[in-house]
Amino acid sequence: MTGQTQSAIRFENVSKYFGNVKAVDQANLEIRDGEFFSLLGPSGSGKTTCLRMIAGFEVPSSGHIYLYGQDVSNLPPYERDVNTVFQDYALFPHMSVGDNIAYGLMVKGVPKPERMKRVDEMLELVQLTGYAARKPSQLSGGQRQRVALARALINHPKVLLLDEPLGALDLKLRQQMQVELKAIQKRVGITFIFVTHDQEEALTMSDRIAVFNEGKIVQVGTPAEIYEHPATAFVAGFVGTSNLVSGEVAKRITGREIRFSIRPEKIHLGTMDTNIEADSYSADGVVRDVIYLGLYTRYLVELNGGGDLVVVEQNLKTTSMDVLKVKGQAVRLHWKKEHIREVGGS
Amino acid sequence: MLQRLSTFLYQRPRLVLALLLGPPMLYMTVVYLGSLFILLLNSFYYLEEFTGLIVREFTLRTYAQIFEPANRDIFARTASMAAAVTVADALIAFPLAYYIAKFASPRLKTWLIIAVTIPLWSSYLVRVYAWKLILAQEGILSWFIRLLHLDGALNWLLSLPGIGGSSLALSPIGMFIVFVYIWLPYMIIPIQTALERVPSSLLEASSDLGAKPFQTFRTVILPLAFPGVVAGSIFTFSLTLGDFIVPLSLGNSKFFIGQAVYSYQGTAGNIPLAAAMTMGPVIIMIVYLLIARKLGAFDAL
Repeated sequence: MTGQTQSAIRFENVSKYFGNVKAVDQANLEIRDGEFFSLLGPSGSGKTTCLRMIAGFEVPSSGHIYLYGQDVSNLPPYERDVNTVFQDYALFPHMSVGDNIAYGLMVKGVPKPERMKRVDEMLELVQLTGYAARKPSQLSGGQRQRVALARALINHPKVLLLDEPLGALDLKLRQQMQVELKAIQKRVGITFIFVTHDQEEALTMSDRIAVFNEGKIVQVGTPAEIYEHPATAFVAGFVGTSNLVSGEVAKRITGREIRFSIRPEKIHLGTMDTNIEADSYSADGVVRDVIYLGLYTRYLVELNGGGDLVVVEQNLKTTSMDVLKVKGQAVRLHWKKEHIREVGGS
Repeated sequence: MLQRLSTFLYQRPRLVLALLLGPPMLYMTVVYLGSLFILLLNSFYYLEEFTGLIVREFTLRTYAQIFEPANRDIFARTASMAAAVTVADALIAFPLAYYIAKFASPRLKTWLIIAVTIPLWSSYLVRVYAWKLILAQEGILSWFIRLLHLDGALNWLLSLPGIGGSSLALSPIGMFIVFVYIWLPYMIIPIQTALERVPSSLLEASSDLGAKPFQTFRTVILPLAFPGVVAGSIFTFSLTLGDFIVPLSLGNSKFFIGQAVYSYQGTAGNIPLAAAMTMGPVIIMIVYLLIARKLGAFDAL
């Protein structure tokens, strides 16, 4: 059982029911020491429940959770060497920033001078030096976020859990915090487990990702693996945008009865006289819609004989005037055969 | 016509406000503050001892009477009863309110809140008399205590000077029990409201950071629910301070403020002294409310 102690967290057939609702269904998972690991999925897919079971706020209905080889499935939160950054930050409103950060040390009985020293170190780590005396209500969202992070990290937990911590921040701050979080993780070397429903965030920050759907873990892999080789149609659709082609349309294009996904950026938009190489597939259609998005343009192409495909092209040489003219024109789409991914059921 | 009126009013929001607030404000100032003012006025008159007539001229001699030992005792007795009742109510109400706010399912919560407030639907007088019977020498409580062979302990309790008496119904202990019972809902509801506003994530965060349940209670729950406790204590303290039914029905012959006011303005006909004694609790409560506001109690109402 304890052969692979180097896994930070191990789920062994973990299920969680809420009444009749199966929130997590037979999850098996291994998170490595020092990893930045994301749990990605839509809301209600079981990712947050998994995080809460690691923290100890929920007890698994069946199965076991191991923290560095120790079975923690039934331990209360205060006996686990993990800390959490909450979605709403959960800062204590009646305490100063310094007292919030020192809370974990205070309840463990660490003497005050030592506490103050470590609070200062933490404030420096999250770039909030000099904020110790303020109240949480006097801070901005991004600053509260940092305090929550410092409060969790001061305890040097074995694993840090982050429950959609960037959800409440605006886009700019969010992107900045993504970079910062990653940098902090590198610096402290603690395993981070990050829950998010934002696929871009997961792809940006993670060493590995577990994709959740309807209580099940559908795929575990590096961002590149997940993006390039989605295991199911759900993953293909959820991570990035993807065209899912099946039935008649798929047969017409490939000559085989398969179901495949193709990323919009892999498809090239050509004129009707484009020659198709032997290593490519093609499909003819009419551009029904053009959405100019600055950096790139998204085209919706209705295929001759049914079905449609989304195509994305970067605006390297074109302007908005050029691309909008394409609307209504007949086009020939083509893409390399190796870029399609045959996918299974859901 | 109606539309013109509507347009006319729409353009004059202050007039609308005056029309809406006018009647209740008039009522408040004339009936409510007016009577308080007359009370204040009367407290500056005095009763001529020989003739038994009220002399309507400004004097502080009625107030001086309050500081006579007998009246001072009444104040001390009432205030300590109010304080004891408040503390006991807070101790009983807190766990109940905590359970209702944080653990009970929405269905059970509704039923518990109904159960807490149901006594308020029946007349307070009826409940006091019911308690008089329960606490009587031959009442059900004494019977139950004898059944448990604890009558020795009860007799010892009743023999204590100051709080004892010939039976529970005729002792300050009995009054205390009834006060605690009667005002309990007024303590439970504000505490429950305050606890309801403490996000569960704060309790989880505390536990997550290594605090054992008692530490979480002491460092997070109690400080955040404290305004609710203060809000509840405003009710229990002021209601006990001014009550005259309970001391009249239960307890011994020693007066409480409300009772004293009742008898001074009645048989004794000493309206100035009754008014002056009423101003006592009013002043105590004004000070109490100012402190309570400092502690943030009004945010929990």
